[in-house]
Amino acid sequence: MRALTWHGKHDVRVDTVDDPEILNPRDAIIKITSTAICGSDLHLYDGYIPTMQAGDILGHEFMGEVVETGPKSTLKKGQRVVVPFTIACGSCYHCGKHQYSACDNGNPADKQDIGQELYGQPMSGLFGYSHLTGGYAGGQAEYVRVPFSDVGPIVIPDGIEDEKVLFLSDILPTGWQAAENAGIEPGDTVAVWGCGPVGLFAVQSAFLMGAERVIAIDHFPHRLDLAKRFGAETINFEESATYEALMEMTGGIGPDAVIDAVGLEAHGFFVDNVIDQIKKSTFLGTDRIHSIRQAIVACRKGGRVSMPAVYGGIVDKFPLGAFMEKGLTLKTGQTSVQHYMPALLNAIIEDKIDTTFLISHRMALEDAPKGYQMFHDNQNEVTKVVLKPDFAAGTVA
Amino acid sequence: MSDTADMRADDAPLSTSKHAGAAIDRATAELVEAKGDSLVGRTVTINRPRAELFAYWRDFTNLPTFMDNIVSVIVKDAATSHWVVKAPGGKTVEWDAVITEEKDGETIAWASTEGADVPNSGRIDFRDAGARGTIVTATIVYDPPAGLVGKLIAKMFQREPAIQARRDLRRFKQLMETGEIATASRTRAQLEEEKD
Repeated sequence: MRALTWHGKHDVRVDTVDDPEILNPRDAIIKITSTAICGSDLHLYDGYIPTMQAGDILGHEFMGEVVETGPKSTLKKGQRVVVPFTIACGSCYHCGKHQYSACDNGNPADKQDIGQELYGQPMSGLFGYSHLTGGYAGGQAEYVRVPFSDVGPIVIPDGIEDEKVLFLSDILPTGWQAAENAGIEPGDTVAVWGCGPVGLFAVQSAFLMGAERVIAIDHFPHRLDLAKRFGAETINFEESATYEALMEMTGGIGPDAVIDAVGLEAHGFFVDNVIDQIKKSTFLGTDRIHSIRQAIVACRKGGRVSMPAVYGGIVDKFPLGAFMEKGLTLKTGQTSVQHYMPALLNAIIEDKIDTTFLISHRMALEDAPKGYQMFHDNQNEVTKVVLKPDFAAGTVA
Repeated sequence: MSDTADMRADDAPLSTSKHAGAAIDRATAELVEAKGDSLVGRTVTINRPRAELFAYWRDFTNLPTFMDNIVSVIVKDAATSHWVVKAPGGKTVEWDAVITEEKDGETIAWASTEGADVPNSGRIDFRDAGARGTIVTATIVYDPPAGLVGKLIAKMFQREPAIQARRDLRRFKQLMETGEIATASRTRAQLEEEKD
């Protein structure tokens, strides 16, 4: 099959590799129909993520058609499914509590050592995101092997096009969980740092959960326009002073809940790498760590902090004093995608949530390297690239 | 206060003691046969009933399924089994083990017999954990061999056993909870390579 493979910094290629096979009873093989490039894929592209190996297949936002099933899979050939980026078994203690991203068994035994050493306990496996999270081949390919296929993939009813449901795989549940973690009460004002896909879905979700006002913060004008489309007020931090603006816009109180959807954007990481990354770029370092610091300082007394943004290592200058003195609550974590999928699929079917606005480019899987480069170079215009294995090379839509 | 063989400073498991000598003395006095001076202890919680886990483990021929280093276990009689285990350089080490204590559904303890390539003893304890299933604890004492070959073997048995035990218990948990052992391999060929 053809697959987008990683070879090093800014070096991804579409190679021919062996097709995946059923290896365990609960496996299924999915023929990919649509797969997206995630903002966190850019961290792999930029070479920031350790434990990558040449030839690794990327991609953790994907969907397709079931073409083969293991004896214990509950899927049937021909079904269309969206696959969660978190690989969870459905039978361990954490899965029982719907904490799927904390699954004990989704990550192979030998790959759990690093997580155990770094974080105290290892987390679940993820598709296409380094060997720390399992080393599973991702879905930017023609086919993918999906473990625990009786638990993860959600079957999509006929007549609903891919683009409406593709983002159930990661960013829509992640934005929704971010809003849920903000404990929104009717009448709340919620501030969201970062208008990438997760931030934009958090804006929509916050309104659906009863927020009266949402204030979106970014510096890309096009992304702020998208937030505005869903009813958010905006702050461009290159044009206005964020803390002062938030205080004035909330009558001197501060937002009731704050959501940091900036972070390091990656799906996991190493202390050294994080420090390294900060050192590599003053802008990235100061600004990105700045978002959670600023969110905590701006948040009203007794308010709630939600952090969908991914931080992998140790940060310094964390305003622990403001956090304690104001009595804030922090909720965070990798997304338990499986928990949110059914309800969000219904919300999409009932037209309560729109995800298609996000897609700016559709390209052939064969042109994926160009897609990575475009996304990397122009984050204002390129909000989401969807790759189609059945497009002929050169097709752009 | 430091641990001594006679006095415990706290309730923490012996394998986590900062006083290795005292811990091994205590472990060999209370838990396992004295077969060496290296102690490894690992615990895992498995979301399955105690009796089911015990029964699977008690059939020693099942162990190679989730213990990567074990080539084979042959049951010779009710108490004795023969173990063949991978060693560095494509070699293997072997020993006979006898069951020294058994409580149905709770405990299996063993010790290697005279002539073992790597003398060892240990026990597996299964305890109820209510709604969380069963707590499984492995406690192993072993004697890293001397000499040149010994050094190679020690490299595996001295530095790695704690990690190996942790991985083996994780695979046991995966197998019991999910019915399979998680792998990131994409093809059968990769899976075979991974197992070597």
